[in-house]
Amino acid sequence: MSEPTKQATNAGPAAGAAGTEPEPLLRVTDLAKHFPITKGILKRRVGAVQAVDGLSFDVRPGETLGVVGESGCGKSTMGRLVTRLLEPTGGKVEFEGRDITHLSAGRMRPMRRDVQMIFQDPFGSLNPRHTVGGIVATPFRLQGVTPDGGVKKEVQRLLELVGLNPEHYNRYPHEFSGGQRQRIGIARALALKPKLVVADEPVSALDVSIQAQVVNLLDDLQDELGLTYVIIAHDLSVIRHVSDRIAVMYLGKIVELADRDALYSSPMHPYTKALLSAVPVPDPKRRGAKSERILLKGDVPSPISPPSGCRFHTRCWKATDVCATKEPPLLEIAPGHRTACHHPENAPDQQPQDTEKVLVTPGKPAPVPAQKKGGDEGTQEQKPAK
Amino acid sequence: MSDDTHKDAATKDASAAAKDTAAKDSAGKGAAGKAEGAREFLSVRDLRIHFDTDDGLVKSVDGVSFDLKAGQTLGIVGESGSGKSVTSLGIMGLHTSDRARISGEIWLDGEELIGADKQRVRELRGQKMAMIFQDPLSALHPYYTVGAQIVEAYRVHNKADKKTARKRAVEMLDRVGIPEPARRFNDFPHQFSGGMRQRAMIAMALVNNPQLLIADEPTTALDVTVQAQILDLIRDLQKEFGSAVVMITHDLGVVAEIADRLLVMYAGRCIERGTSEQVFEHPQHPYTWGLLGSMPRIDREQTDRLVPVKGAPPSLINVPSGCAFHPRCPYADVPPDNVTRTERPELRETTGGHFSACHMTREQREKIWTEEIAPKL
Repeated sequence: MSEPTKQATNAGPAAGAAGTEPEPLLRVTDLAKHFPITKGILKRRVGAVQAVDGLSFDVRPGETLGVVGESGCGKSTMGRLVTRLLEPTGGKVEFEGRDITHLSAGRMRPMRRDVQMIFQDPFGSLNPRHTVGGIVATPFRLQGVTPDGGVKKEVQRLLELVGLNPEHYNRYPHEFSGGQRQRIGIARALALKPKLVVADEPVSALDVSIQAQVVNLLDDLQDELGLTYVIIAHDLSVIRHVSDRIAVMYLGKIVELADRDALYSSPMHPYTKALLSAVPVPDPKRRGAKSERILLKGDVPSPISPPSGCRFHTRCWKATDVCATKEPPLLEIAPGHRTACHHPENAPDQQPQDTEKVLVTPGKPAPVPAQKKGGDEGTQEQKPAK
Repeated sequence: MSDDTHKDAATKDASAAAKDTAAKDSAGKGAAGKAEGAREFLSVRDLRIHFDTDDGLVKSVDGVSFDLKAGQTLGIVGESGSGKSVTSLGIMGLHTSDRARISGEIWLDGEELIGADKQRVRELRGQKMAMIFQDPLSALHPYYTVGAQIVEAYRVHNKADKKTARKRAVEMLDRVGIPEPARRFNDFPHQFSGGMRQRAMIAMALVNNPQLLIADEPTTALDVTVQAQILDLIRDLQKEFGSAVVMITHDLGVVAEIADRLLVMYAGRCIERGTSEQVFEHPQHPYTWGLLGSMPRIDREQTDRLVPVKGAPPSLINVPSGCAFHPRCPYADVPPDNVTRTERPELRETTGGHFSACHMTREQREKIWTEEIAPKL
């Protein structure tokens, strides 16, 4: 496996554009996850949170796929679905050509060697009662693997690999800083030499200087071990730095999927454009150029009853009648650049006959069905994390 | 004192403003601080906030000074534990624990706050100075409606009947961009989304038209698009009311977006201070270089690697000797005689109004910045 992986790493993002696409490591088709909302003692089903609704994408060996979106867009749920920490409601997840969508926990276990996850919170993801050595050795124990030279030696090698002192083997997580703890989580994820690592907001809980250290570490490890990453984050600057290709999510859907440079230089979906324009730039001279900024009105609608048609139409300044009625498919508009929009930016209009704008009333953007449900849209993404 | 330059405060004449601070800082602390107190809206002189803990004395803030005029925005940047939040709580007079030892001077519109009567500070808080916190969910009371909490903030400081106060609260909710404010007045905080909660917090902070607004990481918990909305809102409100704003954040992007002046903190001390342009374009301290190198920049060409600061921020109980940054500083051996390890560097002026605390000479730093650091960013 390491052969083609290396190749792909060297070829970089350009490889995808040509017709010589390697066999994807992970293929996701129409993936959906709806969390039921139940009521009363009979647990009557009254609705569903459509956290993820119809995602399709490939992850090629050796690449880094970045997934961005705002809170509640389903990016974490997506991460948990492809690692099969959650059971998909619909669609298909294939890993190395094998359908793993509905594998049982037992059947899934051997696969876990190849697919590992790095979590966001370096405080919550390590058991405080276990030593660092124990934590990093757990994957060996669970998989019944004895590495060459024994578990302890291997764990110490891993600690060294991620930049920790191997003599800290017997320490407990609380003795480490946030950045060091994140390194422990990374060492654990790498213990079984996985092929795919899904990292859910791996640096967002860390200080700026530590963030850069961890980003560089992930980068080095990828070169060294030929890893494939799916990195989920909300920080567009970080995503740009780490990814080869990027998927932008909005309300449970991928709205744009493209190579990094194409996405950042000529975004096609209006949401991507708005998102990019909202990133604060560390350059005081640019403050005058504020006029380029697209301010989206209002909040993300609730995934319990997402808007009809294009889910972004309630906040989109380009929305027309067709957007409210017909859902735009994720189409490849430019080579390697897919977007789901009737009126894309930087590209010919997909619906030129339809020009009548839907009125987006400022200040009152979305039909606000979210509020009556308690309005905790922000947390719904986390909720199903059992 | 350079009185005439004060008149230019509102105009964005950077050089005049720079001269201004320069004169002040060279005049020293103590007496000058008092004289300036009346002119600068907020003057902090040699603020120290130490906490007695079982493990030892934690010097969270160790000698911070700055000035802020009405209508200006000061950004305070630093990593967690650098003392930026403790500074802001100190200004608000919110360190009430017996273990907090506060010294120095804080002048708010000519009034000294440290050692002032508690009742008086209480009157000022909410009226003349207000604060927005990072996490609006824990800063709002879950048991009361958003409206009731704003009404309370208004009635504490104004003799108003409930009806007037309610009208005022609805007006404020409307002003911060909450749709259907009259209906949302009766909602509880949990019924608001993250961005709306932050708006409600801002409405509450601004209900008495405070002249000083302290915002402690107001957008850290928010998504980028909402963050842009909130920053815009703060900027607009500042323009409208002419208030002074202290923006505390770890995000250099946010600071560049909103602040006129910048103060970089490390281990409880101010290590660099100047206008935003000065600090971003000619940063003088190796730590500031490190912060800039740590950030992936969306506005620049893609770089292969970030240039982070090595190591981790120090514990405040055992602050390293000499320059607190020396264990992480790649240039710690540039100054002679091990001075970085033995002597604490003073905040010295480099160019007009631009101060930094580093033992390296100006020429050395200039050389390193232009030859080694800037090309990599």
